[in-house]
Amino acid sequence: MKIGALKETFDGEARVAITPSSAAHLKKLGYDPYVESGAGARAGFSDAAYQAAGVTVVPGAADLIRDTDIVVKVRPPSEAEIAQMRRGQTVISYFYPSQNSELLEAAREQGVTAIAMDMVPRISRAQKMDALSSMANIAGYRAVIEAANNFGRFFTGQVTAAGKVPPAKVLIVGAGVAGLAAIGAATSLGAQVYAFDVRPEVAEQIESMGAEFVYLDFAEAQTDGATTGGYAAPSSPEFREAQLKKFRELAPEMDIVITTALIPGRDAPILWTADMVESMKTGSVIVDLAAERGGNCELTVPDERFVTDNGVVIIGYTDFPSRMGAQASELYGNNIRHMMTDLTPGKDGQVVQNMEDDVIRGSTVTFDGDVTWPPPPPKVAAIAAQKPKEKAKELTPEERRAKEVAEFKAQTRSQVTLLAVGAILMLLVGIYAPASFLSHFIVFVLSCFIGFQVIWNVSHSLHTPLMAITNAISSIIIVGALLQIGSGSWLIVVLAAASVLMAGVNIFGGFLVTRRMLAMFQKS
Amino acid sequence: MEFGFSTAAYVVAAVLFILSLGGLSGQESAKRAVWYGIAAMALAIFATLIGPGSGNWLLALVMLLVGGGAGWVVAQRVQMTEMPQLVAAMHSLVGLAAVLIGFNAQFELNGLREIMALSHDPTGAAMMDPARLIELAERAQKLTGFAAVLAHKTAAEVAMLKVEVFLGIFIGAVTFTGSIIAFGKLAGKIDGKPRKLPGGHALNAGAALLSVLFGVLYCADIGSPVLWLVLVTLMAFFIGYHLIMGIGGADMPVVVSMLNSYSGWAAAAIGFTLGNDLLIVVGALVGSSGAILSYIMCKAMNRNFVSVILGGFGGEAGPAMEIEGEQIAIDAENVAAALNDADEIIIVPGYGMAVAQAQQSVSELTRKLRARGKKVRFAIHPVAGRLPGHMNVLLAEAKVPYDIVLEMDEINEDFPNTDVVIVIGSNDIVNPAAQEDPNSPIAGMPVLEVWKAKQVFVSKRGQGTGYSGIENPLFYKENTRMFYGDAKKSIDALLPMID
Repeated sequence: MKIGALKETFDGEARVAITPSSAAHLKKLGYDPYVESGAGARAGFSDAAYQAAGVTVVPGAADLIRDTDIVVKVRPPSEAEIAQMRRGQTVISYFYPSQNSELLEAAREQGVTAIAMDMVPRISRAQKMDALSSMANIAGYRAVIEAANNFGRFFTGQVTAAGKVPPAKVLIVGAGVAGLAAIGAATSLGAQVYAFDVRPEVAEQIESMGAEFVYLDFAEAQTDGATTGGYAAPSSPEFREAQLKKFRELAPEMDIVITTALIPGRDAPILWTADMVESMKTGSVIVDLAAERGGNCELTVPDERFVTDNGVVIIGYTDFPSRMGAQASELYGNNIRHMMTDLTPGKDGQVVQNMEDDVIRGSTVTFDGDVTWPPPPPKVAAIAAQKPKEKAKELTPEERRAKEVAEFKAQTRSQVTLLAVGAILMLLVGIYAPASFLSHFIVFVLSCFIGFQVIWNVSHSLHTPLMAITNAISSIIIVGALLQIGSGSWLIVVLAAASVLMAGVNIFGGFLVTRRMLAMFQKS
Repeated sequence: MEFGFSTAAYVVAAVLFILSLGGLSGQESAKRAVWYGIAAMALAIFATLIGPGSGNWLLALVMLLVGGGAGWVVAQRVQMTEMPQLVAAMHSLVGLAAVLIGFNAQFELNGLREIMALSHDPTGAAMMDPARLIELAERAQKLTGFAAVLAHKTAAEVAMLKVEVFLGIFIGAVTFTGSIIAFGKLAGKIDGKPRKLPGGHALNAGAALLSVLFGVLYCADIGSPVLWLVLVTLMAFFIGYHLIMGIGGADMPVVVSMLNSYSGWAAAAIGFTLGNDLLIVVGALVGSSGAILSYIMCKAMNRNFVSVILGGFGGEAGPAMEIEGEQIAIDAENVAAALNDADEIIIVPGYGMAVAQAQQSVSELTRKLRARGKKVRFAIHPVAGRLPGHMNVLLAEAKVPYDIVLEMDEINEDFPNTDVVIVIGSNDIVNPAAQEDPNSPIAGMPVLEVWKAKQVFVSKRGQGTGYSGIENPLFYKENTRMFYGDAKKSIDALLPMID
């Protein structure tokens, strides 16, 4: 089948859905890749580069739609583009079906199979085609770069001959994919990074990226991220208040604030109010990654860089991935080709629209003249349910002392009991057993004690040689056999001889094997 | 030779044996320790051969050399991965030797019955035929060695002796069949799964009761003593067989060290019988050594010794935690890429590495990674493998330096700072359920916290569960990738890609 990428018509969009390198993978899957002339120009891929990779370059959009079986795009297709398509043709792109019901309807009427890259379910298997994540990653990185560009100071703290420079303080609100990417980029630039998220279970991820988790002391059972497909759930008004109070505290200290809080299918929550912006230092920068949905900051103007009266720069761009066209196209192209891999189980260039597959079912929004959105819940939940962690209670010094004393007492008690029982048993044995037995018994008991003391010191890594050597020396039983072999009775001689034979195997075998093992232990 | 000389030699030998075990506290001193052990053994045998009461020394020497030759050949040929089987097989020999020597003591006692009856009951002598009396007296004069010692025992001492013979034979017989079964399981000749005859532990308890009963009958001198001993031996054989059959493969470290302990106790019991202090000392040393090893192994699995020996896991406290998500596979190329990027690498080997004979490949991988300036270390769980310290020996065989092979307690805190962890053929010892899920059968067992590392690769043959049949949530974690396939082949595939 033929697969073609249209040139993006959206203003300022620099991405393209097929790159020369993803085209090579598509060819391996058995597809003929096509691309509209100039589609990759803004991402840095010339028509010549495509042709060199074996991609057919078609002059216009209409030709491409006519010639190919699968049309891929980044932004949702326009109604005009849908109108040119034919029944059975497949279009793969962002679709935002919840906001674009008319487009959905148009696609259904046209009989087009529409696969929405923004509807790929968030399960581990589908991560490789999760364009939202790959784009969010770019957005997070770019947000830090934009912030740095607008921030008139260093990110990293320095002590120079000309004076000391404090590190920039960066607050990241929302530790999703974009937030974590922003934490990574900001920490690598040397900033002191703080991060906040309503899901307490991401604290570990935040700390693993090198940022400090802003801990909110709020006793409310948090909804587990696992129940909402890994996204944050809306929070209660009380929680929101506590959260804003915390932000108000932090605002005057922060140089850079990057907000990434979005809840699927809703307007962005306002988390950074006008009074917080006012309390910030002149020259501080706010980057609002949620600007497209109205912004997390009250003063954000979508698509614009805005400077407040007190000199705070608020960046409300909505095209962060597009600002890194080459990288974004590369990743998006890979997302597309992974999607194609799943759609082409036979690697023969034939799409199999397997509606039983969670990933394909979830992302297909129209199929065979039907709207197939919203999909049923996926069979596999995205994330293992979190267990609430129980922290061991901190003990006060007195409690600890009391505990130690109690433990010591218990230990003494059990030891004394054991000793008493042992002594009584010994006495009983002493009453009945002959003296010769007892003299041997002393030897036996002392040897046991020596054995315990000596063996505790044996290094753990030498346990196997220890077993081999104790095995070898347990054949000391040969002494018993040797004492009996001189007997007058032939039966005894035969049995004793057999014992000597067996013990002999053990002596030589045991010691030799121990030597072999110990010789192998080498220091580096 | 004088009696004093052998006793002196025994004292020296005993000291040397203690030094030999004590020397195992470090890798370097251990090499000297073996020589102490060999010297002690040589001294003990020499002193016994020339000491009082020995005879037939030519036969003894021939048997020793034949047996020694066989042992030599086996020890030279054995593969390091077969070490658990070898140790188990050798225990069975000690057990059987103890049984035979116990029987010999009884035969000797039978032969001396008349003489001893006489010495205990001088009035009876008066009623005897004088010719017979003289003959007996002459025989008593000629008695040497063990028989001479026996002949001088009082009635109470003989009763004690019988108890000791009973114990020696019982423990020896349990060790014998138990070790054979353990050998079979470890060598894969017997199915590793726990098996029990219908009746389960009731059978064991019954057999133990019966053997105690026979033992009492034997000690009380009712009926034929040899018959009772044979019955005791048969019962003990059955217990050894049935007990070990009921224990699964992963509990073998405990079993082998327990059998090791038993072989020591059997030697000590025989030492009591023969009145030989060296046997008692060494038997006690070996016995306590095995007991401590068993204890360490049980603690490492957070299980009760009794529950291990009785087989199977204890009752579950409730439903296990649900695991959601899926296992994500990865290919060699991506593992190699991750290794090339990593600075801190920890390798966690398990029984699977031994099965796949992958230690050489792992060593080669380690060498290559270290040559590139990466910090590579090994984390060894106490119960990894089928023998205490099994992994250490395998890695040492493959020439992995021992100072980068660390114990669980030494390395567990370092996982959060580790870039890549490679888990090779281990499962339960890296199972986070032990810490996270109080209902898990292995809850509370100390485990290697590999999931705290940045990335975990699990080399595993397939999707199955480990020995314990417990799902491992590690495999479903976000930072875990499953590297399916035979461990050796998987590691070999990595090698050319590490540059």
